[in-house]
Amino acid sequence: MSARSLVAGKAEGPVLKLDDPLSFWGGFDSSSGKVIDRFHPQYGACLSGAVLCLERGRGSSSGASVLAEAIRLGTAPAAIILLDEDAIITTGALVAQMLYEIDCPVVAIRDQAEWRRLSALPRLAVQAGAESLMITPPQ
Amino acid sequence: MELSRTDHAIINGDHGPAAADALQLVLKFAEAVGAPRLLTCAGAHVDGCLYHGQASLDFVERFVALKGRVKVPTTLNVGSVDLIHPELFIGDAQLGAAGRRLMQAHVELGCTPSFTCAPYQTLLRPKFGDQLAWAESNAIVFANSVIGARTNRYGDFIDLACALTGRVPDYGLHRSENRRARVIVEIQGLENAGPDQAGGIAVAAGLFAGKQCGDSTAAITGLPASTSEDDLKALGAAAASSGSVVMFHAVGFTPEAPDLKTATGGADVPVVARLGPDDISGILASLSTVKDGTALTAVALGTPHFSLSEFDRLMPMLDLAPFAVPVYVNTGRHEWERLVADGRAQRLESAGVTVVVDTCTYVTSIIRDLSGAVMTNSGKWAYYAPGNLGVDVAFGTLADTLLSAKAGRVVRA
Repeated sequence: MSARSLVAGKAEGPVLKLDDPLSFWGGFDSSSGKVIDRFHPQYGACLSGAVLCLERGRGSSSGASVLAEAIRLGTAPAAIILLDEDAIITTGALVAQMLYEIDCPVVAIRDQAEWRRLSALPRLAVQAGAESLMITPPQ
Repeated sequence: MELSRTDHAIINGDHGPAAADALQLVLKFAEAVGAPRLLTCAGAHVDGCLYHGQASLDFVERFVALKGRVKVPTTLNVGSVDLIHPELFIGDAQLGAAGRRLMQAHVELGCTPSFTCAPYQTLLRPKFGDQLAWAESNAIVFANSVIGARTNRYGDFIDLACALTGRVPDYGLHRSENRRARVIVEIQGLENAGPDQAGGIAVAAGLFAGKQCGDSTAAITGLPASTSEDDLKALGAAAASSGSVVMFHAVGFTPEAPDLKTATGGADVPVVARLGPDDISGILASLSTVKDGTALTAVALGTPHFSLSEFDRLMPMLDLAPFAVPVYVNTGRHEWERLVADGRAQRLESAGVTVVVDTCTYVTSIIRDLSGAVMTNSGKWAYYAPGNLGVDVAFGTLADTLLSAKAGRVVRA
């Protein structure tokens, strides 16, 4: 497995898979934790506490601020499982960790079949560190 | 990660605690994007002064508390309020106060209070080949494409962290091999279009490149000979709105594209589209959400911020005044100072034109009457404002917008 840990941390939660990339700026409301992009297939879904599976982010770099604010408010996903590396999502989670010491681990799976397999599971536990990365159904 | 002597010195605290703290973020970011080392950064443009919540402020205040100073010339993007004309802000007062503090805190870190999305016009224009940490999508495209400076799509937090350390990760467009065109877009039959049309053609080319080329750098051929730097600015801004374009080559206009072969590096690159006059008109028509003849409530110009040469083009059109609807023009405060000094500010005001500085009419509450359609010559404004402000929009050339302002409804030159 070629998966990489982008932001370290431990989390567990129900899997929520997004069918399209999401721009956190303009597409997600940090006060409610909901998807507010009307054109997004998961419009209205609440991402709070979920292990969020999305292929990649999209749109403005201000998405990093919106994600960091959501992590501060406790409305953010518990963890984010990407297919590809995403600089904006990574930055938002890194900054929240730096400012508030709240972990929202972010990983890039980098393998379509593996990402699909994981995003079809009901719950996942993520343990992401510099040395090791474990993404498993919770025991 | 290969660390240089400078990096070690920063980590050891030789450049102060704020730089040491910020470098940790730069290094983690560099690792995440796969950069093997950091480069010396020549300048930064920071987009953190638009308030997105408490986290925006907490990040900057952390470095103010550590007595941080930016290590390189650093300009600031637009904020939430016009600090020179604060009475124009009609949004929530608490939000306005937080937005003002955010702008001020950046200045305390040594950033230049430019509050413009076009820092490349009057102020601190970068040089060809400079390695930059720039945010703001239109500025990033302009720096890479029109100036030939080098920056990736940086943004909130990372831009300031690079400024505080003077370091930028070595990946993507910082490297020559990643700057060649991968696709070609041909414009056909419009080489002789006049300056007013050239603006629209540039916007259409940009919108098309954004939608169809993703983040693959396009070489655009066949732009009108009258295409100006302001038009290339509009092209980049439109491309970065409809897509995630970070660089384009306008063959015969931009410095890394004197000819097609140089733009592509000699590689065999596919032509993804050939756009004629009808295609261009169709793309521009799709920007308008209302029909010609619809009543207007305002005209919005200057997204990205109007340059002095754009004001040169606007001034003779003021002879059309009085206008039936308010005309707003966003610009930078450094451009504004020039307009005040040379008397143009006075003439704009007496013609009923509201010049907005430090911010932009599509990101904040400025335009008082949004009950009808707003007309703009900006592809970027037309793209974002319906979502941000919930308005109807009509797109036209600069001449179209002023004629429509006079008529109070959408008309064409």
